[in-house]
Amino acid sequence: MAKEIKLQCNVVEQIEAICDKHGNKPGELINILHEAQSLHGYLPEEMQRIIARKLGIPASKVYGVVTFYSFFTMTPKGKHPISVCLGTACYVRGSEPLLEEIKRILNIEVGETTPDGKFSLDCLRCVGACGLAPVVMIGEQVYGRLQPQEIRKILEDVAAS
Amino acid sequence: MEQAKTIQLTIDRHAVEVAPGTTLLEAARTIGINIPTLCHIDLKGTCVQNKPASCRLCVVEVEGRRNLAPACATNCTPGMVVHTNSARVIRARKTVAELILSDHPNDCLTCPKCSDCELQRLVMRLNIRQMPFNGGEQSQRKNELTVAIKRNMDKCIYCRRCESICNNVQSVGVLSAIRRGFDTTIAPTFDKMFTDTNCTYCGQCVAVCPVGALTERDYTDQLLDDITNPDKVVIAQPAPAVRYALGEEFGMTPGTIVTGKLATALRDLGFDYVFDTDFAADLTIMEEGAEILDRLQKFLGGDKTVKLPITTSCCPAWVNFYEHEFPDLLDYPSTAKSPAQMFGAIAKTYWAEKMGIPREKLVVVSIMPCLAKKYECGREEFKVDGNPDVDYSISTRELARLIKRANINFPNLPDGDFDSPLGESSGAGAIFGVTGGVMEAALRTVYEVYTGKTLPRINFEQVRGLDGIREATIDLNGFELKVCVAHTLSNARILMDKLRRGELNYHVVEVMACPGGCIGGAGQPYHHGNIDILQARFNAVYAEDEGKPIRKSHENPDIKRLYDEFLGKPLGEKSHHLLHTHYHDKSIH
Repeated sequence: MAKEIKLQCNVVEQIEAICDKHGNKPGELINILHEAQSLHGYLPEEMQRIIARKLGIPASKVYGVVTFYSFFTMTPKGKHPISVCLGTACYVRGSEPLLEEIKRILNIEVGETTPDGKFSLDCLRCVGACGLAPVVMIGEQVYGRLQPQEIRKILEDVAAS
Repeated sequence: MEQAKTIQLTIDRHAVEVAPGTTLLEAARTIGINIPTLCHIDLKGTCVQNKPASCRLCVVEVEGRRNLAPACATNCTPGMVVHTNSARVIRARKTVAELILSDHPNDCLTCPKCSDCELQRLVMRLNIRQMPFNGGEQSQRKNELTVAIKRNMDKCIYCRRCESICNNVQSVGVLSAIRRGFDTTIAPTFDKMFTDTNCTYCGQCVAVCPVGALTERDYTDQLLDDITNPDKVVIAQPAPAVRYALGEEFGMTPGTIVTGKLATALRDLGFDYVFDTDFAADLTIMEEGAEILDRLQKFLGGDKTVKLPITTSCCPAWVNFYEHEFPDLLDYPSTAKSPAQMFGAIAKTYWAEKMGIPREKLVVVSIMPCLAKKYECGREEFKVDGNPDVDYSISTRELARLIKRANINFPNLPDGDFDSPLGESSGAGAIFGVTGGVMEAALRTVYEVYTGKTLPRINFEQVRGLDGIREATIDLNGFELKVCVAHTLSNARILMDKLRRGELNYHVVEVMACPGGCIGGAGQPYHHGNIDILQARFNAVYAEDEGKPIRKSHENPDIKRLYDEFLGKPLGEKSHHLLHTHYHDKSIH
């Protein structure tokens, strides 16, 4: 588990603002977590406690939801989160060699973040772009019909951006 | 259209008539058909409920319906024809049970829940003699041994009863399901240990766990060691609620009062002295009653800073709850220690001096309907140079196990008496074991001290009952004393939230964490969801009170002597030092 780092004041305010925007309704928990994670990259314990307090629900419930959905994470993500699609279409068209190549270049495993904090690596099942298989997402950008030899250049370009 | 008053249906060829909204499970029970279930629990008349329809053991066949239906989550409809015991149902039920067993540890012989386990009973009932499925074991589930509660999550069957109790009944919100699929487990907040959360140790999760995943920490081996140690003087103090439930462990009818047998059994077990927490309950009333009067008199004298309502402080889970959740309101609870702790403080000073026994030789053991009492014993405030006033606490269930181990034929024991001088008690002490009891005991004393008159009627029926929150107004010579009684911590939270908003207009509030008060405590014989057992204990409490020659704490002669010989007066210097405590902010930010 990631070390607990005290959240900065402005982050606390931003999280509270997200909760307020959703009317502090317990039913909005998943939407709030979604926004909080896209803002901060991950959902550390302290952030979950803030959300729980704002919504008036136990922190254990928030943690239950965070651990239920694989999309949510409690480990810090890189500046550029990489998602390799391992859905059926991508898999048969060669996403596994892509994944191996990314792991080799960045020297991290799935679920980890590079020491410089630039990249983190995850897998997912289908982004709904099967026509472009195999697909890799870096941040919001979708890269389709990728070959392993193209990976290094793309990562270098993204790192420099 | 007018709503039908009743619904008629057929269950196993019997005609049944039920009210709309009745489930098949409830309807079957009305005609004595007990459909098995592991997850469902509904203590009627209290807020204790768990209806997740998750175990699927209660499946039944409904004619005209393709799939089997879970009886706990299917409402009766007119003309329904239901089979609870068709071959299809019996086979399906057996498979469901076999799947539950597939990853359940096979250590029934030494499991603390052996013979009290609902899964074990079900396996016997369904005649399962083989385990056809061998599932995997997952390693992410955590085990934990706290001072009060033992967690062994490998035994969890995901009925979610503990989670419902912790969240809905107690509003503590520590337990929740985490992760998904085969990795799912029920865990305290952030998968930490209970000790790192705001768990109150009320133990109600233990009280409803159908299997051995959540049990109490057992101190009986330690107690046997102490009893057999010739250098120790071991004294017992059983709580009021123990005597209304202990008999159940020996097949006696629920509600049988076993006070005399309890005293005999404790003596037979080898305790050097057998005293009674009921005595200390009377002492609590003297101190807490004086505190109520003190605050009232200040309030009536125009003191605006006096904190009202005064809330009771004898329930250790309730104390933990307000230290965790309401650190801004710590001035409101009475500073009086719980009866068990008052007993320890008096036993290790007044009585020890009288007997010439050095403190370190004395072992004070409380027998409690409670698991939070185990935690309370370890509080630093209740120790003198590291030596606790009460050394440790065992539950009603632990005492029963000890009695069985010692070959004591409990139902046939003759009635014995408690030792003097810490064994005499009034009816007011006896009713501490039920929700509303502390309030009624306090009212009996406060009324007579405040008005100087003898109570025209000893009973205060207004504060009795099992409703979650009850209020009453008592006429004290023209002054209207407003009181309120709550049980379960979710009801307590409703009151405390009002207090925080400045909207709680009572003078005295009693809170007990467990449903029904201590009679429904987590250390009591398992009720397995049967409200009749709780009701029988409830009735027994008031029967014991009626049978007592003295029914007011301030008339207990041993209490009077204690003040004459040792304490001086309630709220006096010695009392303040020995019988009162203070609270800490234990909130988790």
